[in-house]
Amino acid sequence: MKPAPFDYVRAESLDEALDVLAREGGDARIIAGGQSLMPMLNMRLAKPKVLIDIMRIGEFARIDDANDRVTIGAGIRQATLLAWPDLKRRLALVALGLPWTGHAQTRSRGTVCGSIAHADPSAELPLMLLALSGAVHLRSRKHRRRVPAQDFFTGMMATTRADDELIEAVSFQAGTERCAFREVARRHGDFAIVACAAVASGHGVRLAVGGVADMPAARDFPRLAGAALDDALNGFAYDLGARDDLHASARHRRDLVRALGRELITEVLS
Amino acid sequence: MTRLAAERRHVVRFTLNGTPLEGEAEPRLLLSDFLRHQLGATGTHVGCEHGVCGACTITIDGALARACLMLAVQADGCALRTVEGLAPSPARLSVLQEALRRHHALQCGFCTAGILMSLDTYLRRHRNPSESDIRDLLSGHLCRCTGYTTIVRAALEAAAELANDLTSEDRNA
Repeated sequence: MKPAPFDYVRAESLDEALDVLAREGGDARIIAGGQSLMPMLNMRLAKPKVLIDIMRIGEFARIDDANDRVTIGAGIRQATLLAWPDLKRRLALVALGLPWTGHAQTRSRGTVCGSIAHADPSAELPLMLLALSGAVHLRSRKHRRRVPAQDFFTGMMATTRADDELIEAVSFQAGTERCAFREVARRHGDFAIVACAAVASGHGVRLAVGGVADMPAARDFPRLAGAALDDALNGFAYDLGARDDLHASARHRRDLVRALGRELITEVLS
Repeated sequence: MTRLAAERRHVVRFTLNGTPLEGEAEPRLLLSDFLRHQLGATGTHVGCEHGVCGACTITIDGALARACLMLAVQADGCALRTVEGLAPSPARLSVLQEALRRHHALQCGFCTAGILMSLDTYLRRHRNPSESDIRDLLSGHLCRCTGYTTIVRAALEAAAELANDLTSEDRNA
């Protein structure tokens, strides 16, 4: 397999990357760890004219922990975040879910922001971003904006990012200790058939689900148990609009949402 | 800022198993193809070419990587290790390679180069891995011959042997 031809730009600073994006945005793609984009290039599902490598931009290699939010720069690899000493304490959910993201051999290169930019509906990081009231920090030559996770994902591998913007960081709400994560996949590390994350929120639980709809979805549940919880989960499972595909039927996916959802909510509320 | 034009070939320099090498690559050339076709280093195998099978796994600056998910031009200035760098001499296999041979942990051998790189890298950092650690690591590789059981057995035995070597070194030190 050979990618279609492209110019390769190695940006040494944020300004350089933004300049190229401002001029050639629609024809350009950002490459960081490449673990999502390279397969797309190899299969020619993506044919950019310019590839902008941002991994040498020093200011992107940062994890900031301030004001109840952990902000992860565009250059932080998944393995780096997994090895961050404060991960369990500050982002307990990410500590649970990140080992399910790809394999050791891809986490060593793939970045946190890259997985979110790719917006695969089965991927764990977009799901966790949604569960933890995360935000995507976008930057272009002209402006800077911060988009909440629920507004960032717009469909199957589609986001609100404009052609001249790049993700400079993503931020997660920190310190949510009561949380749980479960995933069902054919093989550990493969994309999820269904992945669920639950986080204690206010008086109840927020449940986020990936792998079922075109993008991850979340719903806040009040404190429920027994039949009331089952009914609420059943409603959520149907509202997600699951479809059959070669990995699983829609019904199987709804079953997983009901079963995993019940397990997780019970665990977080206990 | 460096801009490498699509239609031209550009010089790429890195060290491969400690030896400085250089070649020329168009920006779109995959590192896996660069290693095999330009440098003749065919120990790294190419399977799925989209990061799933693990056959092309190598290390770049000490970290595991799929050579098919990287451009040759991205490896400029890096230190690469491939399966050719594992044996201490042409006549002697490494402890890990020897363990795989002993346990019949390969049949066709296509996946083996990548699996060796993952295990070698992991065992350098983890002296006492559990079976589930090894199986978790191997989830990043596809083997269609062995059923993995013999690979796991070989890896655990190699780990024990390496740990023993280290302890006797410590004792003699």
